[in-house]
Amino acid sequence: MLSIAAFLEGRHAQAFPSFGSERMGAPVMAFCRISDRPIRSREPVTQPDALIIQDPTLLNQAGLFEGLQPEGYVLINSARSLDQLGVASFLKSLPQDHVLTVPATELALRYIGKPLPNSTLLGGFAAMTGELRLASVLAAIRQKFPSKIGETNAAAAEAAFEQVKQAVAQPPLEHLCAIREETHVEAD
Amino acid sequence: MWKQIEGSRAIAETVAMCRPQVICAYPITPQTHIVEGLGELVKSGELAGCEFLNVESEFGALSVAIGASATGVRTYTATASQGLLFMAEAVYNAAGLGLPIVMTIGNRAIGAPINIWNDHSDSMSMRDSGWIQLFAETNQEATDLHIQAFRLAEELSCPVMVCVDGFILTHAYDRIDLPLQHQVDAWLPRFEPRQVLDPAEPVSIGAMVGPDAFTEVRYLAHNKQLQALERIPEISGEFYEMFGRESGGLLRPYRLDGAEIVVVALGSVNGTIQEAIDELRDQGVLIGSISICSYRPFPLEAVCRALMNAKRVVVVEKSLSVGLGGMLATDVQMALAGRRQKVFTVIAGLGGRPITKASLLKLFRQAKADALESVTFLDLNWNVINRQLARENATRRSGPAAESILKDLATLPTKMV
Repeated sequence: MLSIAAFLEGRHAQAFPSFGSERMGAPVMAFCRISDRPIRSREPVTQPDALIIQDPTLLNQAGLFEGLQPEGYVLINSARSLDQLGVASFLKSLPQDHVLTVPATELALRYIGKPLPNSTLLGGFAAMTGELRLASVLAAIRQKFPSKIGETNAAAAEAAFEQVKQAVAQPPLEHLCAIREETHVEAD
Repeated sequence: MWKQIEGSRAIAETVAMCRPQVICAYPITPQTHIVEGLGELVKSGELAGCEFLNVESEFGALSVAIGASATGVRTYTATASQGLLFMAEAVYNAAGLGLPIVMTIGNRAIGAPINIWNDHSDSMSMRDSGWIQLFAETNQEATDLHIQAFRLAEELSCPVMVCVDGFILTHAYDRIDLPLQHQVDAWLPRFEPRQVLDPAEPVSIGAMVGPDAFTEVRYLAHNKQLQALERIPEISGEFYEMFGRESGGLLRPYRLDGAEIVVVALGSVNGTIQEAIDELRDQGVLIGSISICSYRPFPLEAVCRALMNAKRVVVVEKSLSVGLGGMLATDVQMALAGRRQKVFTVIAGLGGRPITKASLLKLFRQAKADALESVTFLDLNWNVINRQLARENATRRSGPAAESILKDLATLPTKMV
């Protein structure tokens, strides 16, 4: 959906998953490149400009932040603050508005009725990085799910966009915590 | 029409535009999305006049495809990895009978050990079967090659495999210019079969041929592939006239101007290779590459011409002829027979190991310094190899090698391996 949103803005994009153990709950990774020129590289992204972490239980995984660019972005799906998650000091070298949490699972439960935070996080990503317009993200979600599911997912993404936009506009970031924490997120 | 679309879906939609009349399907990762997509298009009626057959195995899939094609209908299937091996007997039969089936291979490794990821071992195992094998560099090319494949297969009455890197292309969402139905209809002629099983005009197909004529039948198959060498670039040119983009052909050169080092590869890794070449060219290294699209027939003359001025040739290949080295490199060496250029084999990307630009840059710098071995295994972990060899030397009952290596890797901190 991220690559479709970029495509809708006339940009080049490439998105691909990394396959691993085929079981529910196993950690999974997916990559996306966005560029203004055709993308030829076919290697996995090892030096990301942005990391979207869908499941905060992965934060202890070794090497999760490896290769992240000095001006990079980190968006974590959690109702807790960075301090509470214990990553604030670890990520303090990044510019302040570049590291945020957003309670995407809670928003997904509220709008979609299922703990599926991925499309919601894309709304947060658009607000945090400014790399994509919200309208493109919403259009991509509706294109991917051309039914009521698309509408509920778009609503959740829009809510995440607003929350992150507010957080970026008025520090400190910690006030973003809300509702409750979902400890296990179903891997997509 | 431009779309941001998964490679598999783009292939499915394009195959549907070629209006196949029979599709046989048995799912195996990573080609599953293609036949699933086609199944949907048949069910929704978008692909009309097509019979979609779920069969019990890959052997069944290609056997049914052979039967369908012999009745004179346009026939398609897809497979990968062990699935291709399981249909091996039928693969040879389809070619031996001269039936113009088009089959997508979502390239993937072959076990054991079990591995679902990308390399070229599967289609390489069938390179001598008599099928034409075309390799796609991008998802755009994967899409376009299917239209060209039907044309080529049916003109020559010879089956064609379109080889598409599993996961790397099949599962990637890319920006693809999908053809329009009226363009495909105008470009791809109606299938006029050379042979038809028809109760009204009975013939037998697949009779026993003894020593008196077998060589002649085989020579004719070879001759057909030599004709394909002529037709592949022409068809690519005709495709350009209708669709306005370059796809297919025998091979594609990249920055060969004055190149002293030329890299040769098949498939999607060419994109990463080109990125590495651009970086080295900026630093003044005279390096270029060729992406080979037509692996069978192998374009000996075109490869020789492209490599004419190279001092060193580095063949990067995603398969291994165990006990020899590279299959593609062997073919390249044949193209350069009698010349003095050095040809180096680099075995890379086996079982889905990423081929990174960083590793390629290091490799190409070694080539420039003339420090390459004749056969190199890219990013091989010598620590793991040496520890396993030591275990095997220490005890007779050293156990299964793959499991020992996994145990070894699991007991060490990630940084150390």
